[in-house]
Amino acid sequence: MQEAVSLAPLWLTLKVAGIATLIAFLIGVALALLFARVRFAGRDFLDAMLTLPMVLPPTVLGYYLIVLLGRRSVIGQWLEATFDFTFIFTWQGAVIAAAIVALPLVFKSARAAFEGVEPNLENAARVLGSKEPKVFVRVTLPLAMRGILAGTMLAFARAMGEFGATLMIAGNIPGRTQTLSMAVYDAVQAGNDSLANMLVIIISVTCIVILVSSGKLLTPRY
Amino acid sequence: MKLAVDIDLTLRSAHRSFALNVAFATADDRVVIFGPSGAGKSVTIQAIAGLVRPQRGRIVLGDRVLFDSATRTNVPSRERRVGYLFQDYALFPHLTVEENVAFPLRRLLHLSLSCDARQRVRDMLDLFELTLLAHSLPRDLSGGQRQRVALARALIREPQVLLLDEPFAALDVMLRERVRQELADLQQRFRVPLVVITHDVDDVKMFAETLVVYGLGQVSRVLPCKTLREQHGEAHAWQEMTKACGLSAA
Repeated sequence: MQEAVSLAPLWLTLKVAGIATLIAFLIGVALALLFARVRFAGRDFLDAMLTLPMVLPPTVLGYYLIVLLGRRSVIGQWLEATFDFTFIFTWQGAVIAAAIVALPLVFKSARAAFEGVEPNLENAARVLGSKEPKVFVRVTLPLAMRGILAGTMLAFARAMGEFGATLMIAGNIPGRTQTLSMAVYDAVQAGNDSLANMLVIIISVTCIVILVSSGKLLTPRY
Repeated sequence: MKLAVDIDLTLRSAHRSFALNVAFATADDRVVIFGPSGAGKSVTIQAIAGLVRPQRGRIVLGDRVLFDSATRTNVPSRERRVGYLFQDYALFPHLTVEENVAFPLRRLLHLSLSCDARQRVRDMLDLFELTLLAHSLPRDLSGGQRQRVALARALIREPQVLLLDEPFAALDVMLRERVRQELADLQQRFRVPLVVITHDVDDVKMFAETLVVYGLGQVSRVLPCKTLREQHGEAHAWQEMTKACGLSAA
């Protein structure tokens, strides 16, 4: 008789990845627009900083997060004193870790998408009497949307699979911060192959469903 | 139409810089700017449309000063009321023919057009024989159809001047002659002054009432073709025009 597989890690993974993707989307698109439109001092440096989460080992990233947000940090102490809240060993910590590894994916593709919009199309809208907000909403954004959404899907996939940085900051507490990828690791370590098999199938099917449906969504109309 | 342009403009990119110093004025309704590629013709009409900003000078259209560096006047593109036909037409690829034509009438926060605006779009589609294509996307249109959409879109807000950047260059030779005639008819119908950029002498013949010939970044000749025609007849005017364009008279 096989033990019942708890779906808690799946729901937690979807919740963490969903919120993290939303955060990465909002910040990533805003930064992409800034980079595509404005030349400012320190642009290249900031660009490198934003790319860092893609290249650094996740454990290093997790360590940075602990230093920055942990109980001994200024931010951590302030959060604990004011709200009695901490990112350490909580699912919110996992959200922060996933959002940071996902951010460069949204940022990079959104920036390329904004820069790829034909300037003459925006100029055409201006000559046709449009104010800047209309140019952005009716021309720039719709034309960049495909690239932005593609980046967002990658970000979600990356957030779902996040392991290293999450382990460092949120730990691996079953029922509280144990996401699917952690549960797989635990199951394998414990020699529970049937559980590992179940979890691996769940995460694979979920990813395939998401990728296929987003592929449909991203098919261009024009 | 009164159009006076007197501008200095330097464009710099990483590898080259280009200086444009041009001045011409006209009261005719059909102006042709003729010259080789890279002479600064496009930049000139971009400046008239407010898409590039000259370092110095003055642009007057009708009784409105669109740009004047001395008084720091620079009317934004959206308020210049000019129509601009881009060389590749710059149709919005994500919008249907109907949505492209209706674009200038759409308000950002309104979900639909007013009754009056909808009627104007219908009339425009009808006039340009686009009604059957109303729901097509630009990528499904032929070159000539695309140009009609671009013209309908440019004219729906009744601009004070229509600027055309090499309007026939993208069309095949068979189509060119017909479209040229259509555009001439259109100009009569809408009573909209034209500024046509070209390096095709046939366009000069068809449209020029005032001919402005460009050299590299400079005006080399301004020819009042309409006056010439009236005073000395078609043949003489044509001779002068071809001479001005640097071609031997046919």
